[in-house]
Amino acid sequence: MTGLDLALVEQATISILVIIGCFFLAVGTLGLLRLPNVYNRMHATSKPTTLGTAAIFLAGFVQFGPGGAGLTSLVGIVFLFLTVPTGAHMIARAAQEIGVPFLGSVTWPTNHRESDPEHPASNPEGDEHRDE
Amino acid sequence: MTAVSPMTEVTTAVIDGALLLVAGLCLLCGYRVIRGPTVPDRVVGLDTIATNVIAIAVLVALKTDRGLFITVSIVLAIIGFLSTVTVAKYVTEGDIITRRGE
Repeated sequence: MTGLDLALVEQATISILVIIGCFFLAVGTLGLLRLPNVYNRMHATSKPTTLGTAAIFLAGFVQFGPGGAGLTSLVGIVFLFLTVPTGAHMIARAAQEIGVPFLGSVTWPTNHRESDPEHPASNPEGDEHRDE
Repeated sequence: MTAVSPMTEVTTAVIDGALLLVAGLCLLCGYRVIRGPTVPDRVVGLDTIATNVIAIAVLVALKTDRGLFITVSIVLAIIGFLSTVTVAKYVTEGDIITRRGE
């Protein structure tokens, strides 16, 4: 009887996690289609898409157990949480360097720290630090 | 044992519906890839498509009960990350592999 209940709980957990993942993936794609700017679209896609895929990976972990493919699912979650923000950061920096305009009064955050508001945001001062 | 089979049918239906939904989301991301006004828009669209394909691989693993497709999804994640970083570097610097002294 307990084995039956465990199977039921397992199937229900897989279904709920897959539904949550599909919800987050749908939200991310809706933001990609609807938001007005590259940066806003990146903001909308990277986080919900990561969460949705992580939920579907967790469903895989529930199905396959703590060894083998389930462990690979957990590694996939860690890998997604490491790589997706890195990729979004690099796309954001590339978009800023090729001159995609910001919305409204938004400025690049490094210009605030260097306290030099006279220079525009497309001044590539960070190149010297990166090329070293 | 009679209670397990309808729940499994529900799970199978949920996974099938999720596969259809995520495939449709990939097509919707293709709209942004085609119509995106700038190059980073297209890169973001392709990145989202890559993440959706990772989700599709995991869903296929759930549907067919084969753990091999989880490994496939990891490989797809690596390829998507590398392509994103490569395109970002290419857009920024006009070249992918640059020497340090130049």
